[in-house]
Amino acid sequence: MTVHFKQDTPDDSNRLDGMKQGVLGKSIRRVEGMAKVTGTAPYSAEYPIADCAEGVLVTSTITRGKVVSIDKDAVLSMPGVLAVIDDPAMTTRAAQGTADEAPQQEPGTVCYWGQPIALVVAETFEQARDAAKHLPINYREDPSAPLDPQAVEAEEQEDETVRQGDLDHAMATAAHSVDVTYTTKGHASAAMEPHASIAQWDGDKLTVYASLQMLNYNISELADALGMEEENVRLVSRFVGGGFGSKLGVSEDVVAAAIASKEVGRPVRVVMSRQQVFQCVMRRSETTQHLRLAADENGKLIGFGHHALVSNLPGETFAEPVLQSSHFLYGGENRDLMLEVARIHRMTAGSVRAPGEAVGMPALEGAMDVLAEKAGIDPVELRLKNIPEEDPEEGLPFSSHKLAECLRQGADAFGWDSGPRSPRHTCEGEWWVGTGMASAARVHNIAEAKSRVTLKADGSAVVETDMTDIGTGTYTILAQLAGEMLGLEPAQVLVELGDTKNPRGPGSGGSWGAASIGSAVYIACKAVREELGQRLGVGETELELKDGKAASGESLVSLLDGNDLSREGHYEPGDIKDDFTASGFGAFFAQVRVNRFTGETRVDRMLGAFGFGRVLNHKTARSQCLGGITWSIGVALTEALEFDPRDGHLVNCDLAEYHVPVHRDVPDLEVVLVEERDPAASPIQAKGIGELGMCGGAAAIANAIYNACGARIFDYPMTPDRVLAAMPD
Amino acid sequence: MRPFSYSRARTLGDAAQLTHDDTALAIAGGTNLLDLMKLQVETPETLADISRIGFGGIEDTDDGGLSIGALASNTETAVHPRVRSDYPVLARAILAGATQQLRNKATTGGNLCQRTRCFYFTNIDQPCNKREPGSGCGAIDGIAKLHAVLGTSDQCIATYPGDMAVALSALDAQVEIAKSGGDTRTVPVRDFHCLPGDTPWRENVLEEGELITAVTLPAPVGGTQIYRKVRERSSYAFALVSVAAVVEIEDGKFTRADLAFGGLAHKPWQDPRIGEALMGKVPSDDLFDKAADILLEDARGFGENDFKIPLARRTLHAVLQNATEAAA
Repeated sequence: MTVHFKQDTPDDSNRLDGMKQGVLGKSIRRVEGMAKVTGTAPYSAEYPIADCAEGVLVTSTITRGKVVSIDKDAVLSMPGVLAVIDDPAMTTRAAQGTADEAPQQEPGTVCYWGQPIALVVAETFEQARDAAKHLPINYREDPSAPLDPQAVEAEEQEDETVRQGDLDHAMATAAHSVDVTYTTKGHASAAMEPHASIAQWDGDKLTVYASLQMLNYNISELADALGMEEENVRLVSRFVGGGFGSKLGVSEDVVAAAIASKEVGRPVRVVMSRQQVFQCVMRRSETTQHLRLAADENGKLIGFGHHALVSNLPGETFAEPVLQSSHFLYGGENRDLMLEVARIHRMTAGSVRAPGEAVGMPALEGAMDVLAEKAGIDPVELRLKNIPEEDPEEGLPFSSHKLAECLRQGADAFGWDSGPRSPRHTCEGEWWVGTGMASAARVHNIAEAKSRVTLKADGSAVVETDMTDIGTGTYTILAQLAGEMLGLEPAQVLVELGDTKNPRGPGSGGSWGAASIGSAVYIACKAVREELGQRLGVGETELELKDGKAASGESLVSLLDGNDLSREGHYEPGDIKDDFTASGFGAFFAQVRVNRFTGETRVDRMLGAFGFGRVLNHKTARSQCLGGITWSIGVALTEALEFDPRDGHLVNCDLAEYHVPVHRDVPDLEVVLVEERDPAASPIQAKGIGELGMCGGAAAIANAIYNACGARIFDYPMTPDRVLAAMPD
Repeated sequence: MRPFSYSRARTLGDAAQLTHDDTALAIAGGTNLLDLMKLQVETPETLADISRIGFGGIEDTDDGGLSIGALASNTETAVHPRVRSDYPVLARAILAGATQQLRNKATTGGNLCQRTRCFYFTNIDQPCNKREPGSGCGAIDGIAKLHAVLGTSDQCIATYPGDMAVALSALDAQVEIAKSGGDTRTVPVRDFHCLPGDTPWRENVLEEGELITAVTLPAPVGGTQIYRKVRERSSYAFALVSVAAVVEIEDGKFTRADLAFGGLAHKPWQDPRIGEALMGKVPSDDLFDKAADILLEDARGFGENDFKIPLARRTLHAVLQNATEAAA
C-alpha cells in the first residue's frame, strides 16, 4: 500500500519533535562505517562475479572530428583480447544530473580530446589496457574546434536574466560602488572511487553494478541508451566512494560494459583509469564574473549586478548556475543579472559539488568585502544590513532564513574583531596574519521520492529504496528517522539502499537526498503508525512508541501478531515550491597566514555557522560541513583544471597534479549548527547540508589574504604566483 | 600495461647483468616506475628487481662521512640519527617530498633516477622529446607552470622533480656507481643529472648496466642547514622552487654558503659563483640580491612559469635571512 503526500502548505506541527524514541538528531556513527574501513563493503568493481572479462575504454587523441576507421584486427590477435566494441549506442559523455535520458551517443563523432570512442575487452585488465593503447584509429579531424571561452560569442541563458530598475544609474549615483571581475578555474569532483561497472546479462535482463549517485534517473538513462525497457534493467550501487556530482548521470563505463557484456556473452567489468575519470566525466566550468555593487552612504545596496560567463560543449544543456543564490541573497532594487555560455570543445561541463554557488559565492562575497572596505563598514555588519525581507526578485517570502543568526553566532564563536580593518596589521616572523569572512548560501533542492518501510513481525524494521549513500550518512539517518517514528533503536532498523529493485528514491545530488528520501520514509512510517494506532484504538497523532512498545504497554511484536506490516511512502514536493524561496544560509570565518617572501597561504583556522533546517544527525551533518569547508580551501588556494591551449585536453589529470587540499592544508575547523525547523522545505523540516558548507568559504579565505598582506586578488585559486603578483612590496 | 618479464637479482652482478640491455629496467621501490609503466611511458621488456641485492645500509665512512646505501628507503634515511644530527638538510628535504607511504618504499637510488612529472612526458598521446625523441615539446607553448627557467633547451623545459637530490647537491655528496664488469666509479651528485640540451631523454650519467650502489656524504660541517620548499599545497606537491642551504656565518660574515636549488631546472641547480659571491661578506639585502642576480642571470620563463624567477629570488632571500638569523 502506497501513501502519497504532496506538500502544498507549510507544516509547523514538527511531528518529529513529539516522538519519544529520542534518536533523531543524535550523533550516531555511520552504520556502514566499520564495513567500509575494514574493506568488507563492496564497491562496484569489487563484486565477485565469476568469469568476468575486463574492458578498457579507448579515448580520442583529437579534439574534434570523425573516426574514419578502427583497425580492430590489429589488436584482436593480441593475447587475451576478446573484442573491440565501437557500437554507436555507446555514450561519449556522462549524462547530466537528472537527465533521465541517454546522454550523447555515437562514439564515432569526436567532440573533445579524451572522449571515449571504443572499448577493448580482454581476459585480464592488463591485456585490455595494452590493447587499448595499441588500437589504431584513423580520424578525419575538424580543425574548427574553439577552445577559449573568451574567444567565441557566448549564448545568453535567458531564463537566468534579470533586469530591474537601472543599475547603470545606481552605479553612477551610489555613495559607494564596486565594479570588479573575478575568475575561477575549472574544478574536478576528484572522488576517491573511480567510475566502475560490472555488467551481467541473464537472457534479456541486465544487471549492472555501478558507481552512481542517482539510480532512479540512471536506470532510464541506461535503458534509453540501450533501447531497452526499464523493467529489464537492474542497477546496484550499495556503496559509492564519493561522487560530488561526477556520478549523477550514467557514465560511459556503464553503457560500454552493458554492450560489451552482451557481445562477448560474459560479464564485463569496466573501470576508468584515474586519468579517464578526470578527462571524460565532468568538469566544473571555469567562470568569468563581473560584479557590480552600488550602495548608499550607509552601505545599503541599491544596485546589484552579476554577469557570468561559463562554458560547455555544443549541445549540452548544463550551464554552471553561477547566479543561483545571487538572485536572492542581498537586496538592491536595481538589478542586472545575466548568465552566458561559451560553446567550446573542452570535455563536458556538468555538476561538481555545489554547482553554481561553489564559484558564484566566492566572487560575490569577495566583491562584498571590497564594498565593506570602501564603505568603511565591518564586513559582518554590511551583510546584516543587506539581508532582504523577501526575495528581491520574486517577491516571495523565505521559507526560513538563518543568515543573520549564522553571521552573529559565527562571529561570536570565531572571536571576530569588528573593529577597524586595515591590511597588514599583524606579522609573525615571515607571515602576514589576517582574517576574513563571507556569507554562505545554497538553494534548497528537493525531489520526489519513494520508500517502503516494513515493520517485521519480530519488531525490527526494514527501510527499502534505491536511494544511494555516497558517503554522506544516508544509511544512518534513515535508520534514525524510522527508529524515531516507530519507537526503535537505529540498530533495529535495517536500511537497504542502492538497488533499483526497491522503490525509487530521489538519488543523491544537489544536497537534496536527506530531505527528500527522509520525507518519503517519514510518510511511510506515519502510515505504519496509523495502522498500529487503529489496532490500539488511538489516533496516529496520539500514538506514542518507544523501545518497541506503545505507551499503553503493548509491544510491537504483539500488535503485529506474527505478520509484517509494510507501507510505501511517496513524497512529492508540491506547489509549496512556488510559494517560497528556500535556501540554506550560513557564514564563514577564516584566519590565514601569507608568507611575505613566497606568497604561500596557509589557513590557520576556519569556522562555518550554518542553518539548514532540522539536523538529522549531528555527527554526519557536521562531517558534511567539514567536507564543504575543506572544498572551500581547495577552491580558494589550490584547485584548478588546466587545459592545453592547443587541443583542449585536460593536462593535470591525476591526484598528484590536481591539488585537492591535503591533511596539512586543513587546520582546526569549527562548525556551528544553527538549528531551525523549516516548515516549507520538506515534511521533516530539513533542508540540504553538504554543498552549503562550501558555498562562499573560499571568499572568507580570499578576504583574509587581503586583510593579511594587502593582496586583493580577483582570480581563484590564489596560488603563490598570484599572491606575489598582487602583494604590495 | 604491456607484458614484461620479472627477474629477481640476488647479487650486484646479477643486477648488472639483468639490466645490461636497453629493454630492461631495474626496479626497487617502484614508486615512480610502476606509475610510468601503467601509463606506458616506460615499457620495459624485463624488470630486474634489485631490492634484494643488499646495499640498504647506512654506515659511517672512514673520513667521518656517511654512506647511504642505494636501497635504503627514504624513510630510513630521513630518520637516521646521524642524518638528523649531521645532515639535517637532507632529512628535511626527504620529508618535504611525497608522502610517508611513498617514502617507505622509495629508495636512494630510485629517488635520484626519478623522472620528470611534466604533463606532456606522462601522457603518451602528447608530444615529448624526452619520451619520443623528435616528437616535439608539448610544454613549450603548453601548460608550463611547473617547468624550468634555468638550463632549458628548445627540446625540453622539464624539471627534475626531486627534493633529496637538491639537499645532496648542497652537501656535495658523491654517487657511487658499479659497472657491470665489476668496476666502480664515483660521480658528484652535482654532476649526476644532465641538462636537456639536444638529448633530453638522457637525464643522468648512468650508462647501460651501471647501477648506483650508494651515496656518500662528506664529513659533516657546522653551521645552519635549511631546506625551503615552496609549493601550492603544504604536502604532496612538487616544488615550485626549493632551496637547500648549508651556511656558516662567523664574525658576522659568510664562511660557508653551499646552495642548491630545486624546481628550476632539469637537474638540481648548483652554481658555485653564488657561494663565492657570499663568502667573506656581511649578510645584507643587497648581498642577497647579488646572489639572486647570479642565480637568475640566464633565467628564462615560458609564460606560465615566469613567476618562478621572482619567486626564486624571494625564496633565496628568505633562506639567507633565516640563516643569518640562526647565526645571530
